[in-house]
Amino acid sequence: MIAAALIAIMIVMLIALIRTCIGPTLFDRILAINTFSTATVLMISLYGFFNQRPEFLDIAIVYAMINFIGTVALLKLHRFDDLGHDGDES
Amino acid sequence: MEDIIIIFLLSLLAITAIAIIFMRNMLSVIMLGSIYSLLSAVIFVVLDAVDVAFTEAAVGAGISSVLFLSAFAVTGKRQVLKQKNKLIAFVTVSLTAAALIYATSDMPYVGDPNAPVQTHVAARYIEQSGSEVGIPNMVTAVLASYRGFDTLGEVAVVFTAMIAVLLLLLRREEEELDREK
Repeated sequence: MIAAALIAIMIVMLIALIRTCIGPTLFDRILAINTFSTATVLMISLYGFFNQRPEFLDIAIVYAMINFIGTVALLKLHRFDDLGHDGDES
Repeated sequence: MEDIIIIFLLSLLAITAIAIIFMRNMLSVIMLGSIYSLLSAVIFVVLDAVDVAFTEAAVGAGISSVLFLSAFAVTGKRQVLKQKNKLIAFVTVSLTAAALIYATSDMPYVGDPNAPVQTHVAARYIEQSGSEVGIPNMVTAVLASYRGFDTLGEVAVVFTAMIAVLLLLLRREEEELDREK
């Protein structure tokens, strides 16, 4: 059962990677990379259970946090052209 | 199953690398770069190198993509194409790759018990690190105790790099302040 889930997630990774490569807009890519990161997190958790070693879940949590940082930085750069911007619109 | 996963992840890695070569939009290159680190981190997890995967995820996917993004905020998002000396670059890369591939024919197989990695100090780390150092995790024992000076040197290098980056960034802010005056 877990093997089937692993295969499904590998297919998701492939599709997300193709979408990141062909784009065409930046937002397609951001969404695709987000999906890809989520698939990575799921893959690590599932692989842990697949090998009877669920302590891999810790790494999956770290991944989930890191993805968030990267996406926020990317969107902020796109919105303000400056990572040190204080976020004030005016 | 493990083999299938590794082969699949490695081929995704190859696709990502080729896409990075042909991509001209630098933001997309950064995104593909973080996909590349995520993929290699999963490969490390599958190969049982959990601590390396941790580092790869934190440094490769997290910090370095943010660092690249802040560099692009300073410089610009487009890559300027230079069409010079492509043949020389191609020959150099091919020669280096051929030499490296030739070198792999001398390497021991993965997990070979007679490989030099397994025969020298590894046995002592495995058998005695618990009683000698008293840390349950072997990798931590090696990093923090057996190779403590090594780690100290690494910390010094990372610290120096951080000071250099901070100096460069702060300098730019000072210049902007001067211009405003």
